[in-house]
Amino acid sequence: MKKHVMDLSVTENTSLNANYFLLKLTSAQKLPDMLPGQFVEIKVEGSPNTFLRRPISINNYIAETNELWLLVQKVGDGTRTLGKLQAGDTLNLVFPLGNSFTTPENASKSVVLVGGGVGTAPMLFWGKYLKERGITPNFLLGARSEADLLQLDEFRKYGNVYTTTEDGSHGEKGYVTQHSILQNQQFDHIYTCGPKPMMVAVAKYAKAKDISCEVSLENTMACGFGVCLCCVENTVNGHVCVCTEGPVFNIKDLQWQI
Amino acid sequence: MADLSVKIGQLELKNPVMTASGTFGFGEEFSDFFDLSRLGGYIVKGTTLAPRQGNAYPRMAETPAGMLNAVGLQNKGVHYFADEIYPRLKDIDSNLIVNVSGSTIEDYVACTEKVAELDKVSGIELNISCPNVKQGGMAFGTCACSAADVVKAVRKVYPKTLIVKLSPNVTDITEIARAAEAEGADSVSLINTLLGMAIDADKRRPVLSTVTGGLSGPCVKPIALRMVWQTARAVKIPVIGLGGIMNWRDAVEFLLAGATAVQLGTANFIDPEVTIKVIDGLNEYLNKNGYKSVNEIIGALEI
Ligand SMILES: Cc1cc2nc3c(=O)[nH]c(=O)nc-3n(C[C@H](O)[C@H](O)[C@H](O)COP(=O)(O)OP(=O)(O)OC[C@H]3O[C@@H](n4cnc5c(N)ncnc54)[C@H](O)[C@@H]3O)c2cc1C
Ligand SMILES: Cc1cc2nc3c(=O)[nH]c(=O)nc-3n(C[C@H](O)[C@H](O)[C@H](O)COP(=O)(O)O)c2cc1C
Ligand code: FES
Repeated sequence: MKKHVMDLSVTENTSLNANYFLLKLTSAQKLPDMLPGQFVEIKVEGSPNTFLRRPISINNYIAETNELWLLVQKVGDGTRTLGKLQAGDTLNLVFPLGNSFTTPENASKSVVLVGGGVGTAPMLFWGKYLKERGITPNFLLGARSEADLLQLDEFRKYGNVYTTTEDGSHGEKGYVTQHSILQNQQFDHIYTCGPKPMMVAVAKYAKAKDISCEVSLENTMACGFGVCLCCVENTVNGHVCVCTEGPVFNIKDLQWQI
Repeated sequence: MADLSVKIGQLELKNPVMTASGTFGFGEEFSDFFDLSRLGGYIVKGTTLAPRQGNAYPRMAETPAGMLNAVGLQNKGVHYFADEIYPRLKDIDSNLIVNVSGSTIEDYVACTEKVAELDKVSGIELNISCPNVKQGGMAFGTCACSAADVVKAVRKVYPKTLIVKLSPNVTDITEIARAAEAEGADSVSLINTLLGMAIDADKRRPVLSTVTGGLSGPCVKPIALRMVWQTARAVKIPVIGLGGIMNWRDAVEFLLAGATAVQLGTANFIDPEVTIKVIDGLNEYLNKNGYKSVNEIIGALEI
């Protein structure tokens, strides 16, 4: 897919809780097509310690209205600075980057999308995309506590929502991999994004049940489009770049101990 | 429109702006952003005789005005380059330069011989300055005699333009530059990355898998400028300047310091269109100041 460098307007910046915010970006020009799983690289202005761009997943994309949504967690100077953006500000993006999730061949397949923490960000766009193709996804979302479960109403528009929290304040208590639907229901495909230990646990579950499984990985990136070779993951094909060959990988291709 | 063309060895560059090895892939990744034929030259990824896996992850750490990398020359080898990549690049109307690395002199020579078979490659840049490989690499570039040995051996098998890329991790870079010149190098390019380190205070561990790595970006520019200035006065062959160039103004500074051409590295990650902006900015600068040719400002620093 052709990559673009573009200035987009911030039209909304909504604080979801103390740690997360949702940016709505729009463009007067037609936005290029984007696929679920892909990400953007943002230039952060006004943050003296932020030299490189920041990779952020596409949370949602509405082609008809040229809207792009990004869900961001404040972790350091770069993301905190982005949190201060206001409607009317401009953001420079390189996008769309990376590969995307694989759509099941058959609409009757049952799929579960497992997101943990900020890893729920790409799952909304992916769930919407599946729904539009006749597959109603099951979303299994995990967080520390209720306050960190984000965009639940948005997720409900596209599929069935199941939740877990570590403190039991919403949904089932525990980790996503302990949720009863994984025990009680049969799935054909599982897709996951979240902290590495969570994705490893999901991958173990998938392997044990012989379910196809795709994971969306993170890595420290300098360029985001395959020219610096900084963002490698070790796979059956050797070191490959997460920014171009990923971020989505089939667990069969990863050198993980699962 | 000022005349932007410059000469380096047998190379005719339509403008003095090139891309630095390891920061531009094989160039193709940038063809979505601009027309590659606008570049004076483009230097592709570090290439070795045998394929290399590179170093383990993490390979990158950020600093306020730059970055450290520990890629370790990951590449699929010169044969892969010749068979798979070269056919796709050979018709781009610019100068294609291959950055050659090795662990032994024999490696450098064998890799160069393979590149020499490729008609449309205009020159090679001999990397004797990579800080991220255990054997060879920078070891050749930090001592005048070993630098001379590699350049001499490669010169014997390579008739086209030979650029030698120098390491800043030395006490006197002009010594190495002179050794390369004496053995027949057509040009020297400087600087490669500076050896640096990053530590994660919370984990009390180094950030990079290799502990140390190569520092690049705006934070190295003053060092690079100083070294280019010193080297341009010490050798007669053209000097190619790089290290922290982020915009046309930085490029002009390197030209004034004595560089005949410049390369942009890390800047490509932040703005994929930066090279074109530098070419346009340079042209405007020359026009505005009444220069007819870029050659008029090369080494024109007033002291
Ligand atoms: C493909 C991809 C998609 C991503 N999508 C999203 C998204 O949709 N929403 C979102 O909020 N974040 C996302 N991230 C993570 C985001 O890029 C980082 O949180 C951000 O770069 C941190 O920048 P900073 O300047 O705020 O923090 P920094 O000052 O750079 O770092 C602060 C601390 O945060 C941690 N950190 C830094 N970078 C990362 C990283 N890449 N992954 C995990 N921890 C990190 C480190 O422990 C570091 O010490 C994504 C990352 C990748 C690679
Ligand atoms: C990620 C990365 C990879 C690099 N790989 C190579 C390489 O393969 N060969 C080489 O000669 N220099 C390599 N370099 C060094 C650059 O070509 C350049 O000398 C250095 O980054 C300084 O320029 P800059 O500050 O403009 O980036 C690499 C630099 C970076 C940041
Ligand atoms: S971040 Fe540069 S290659 Fe992936």
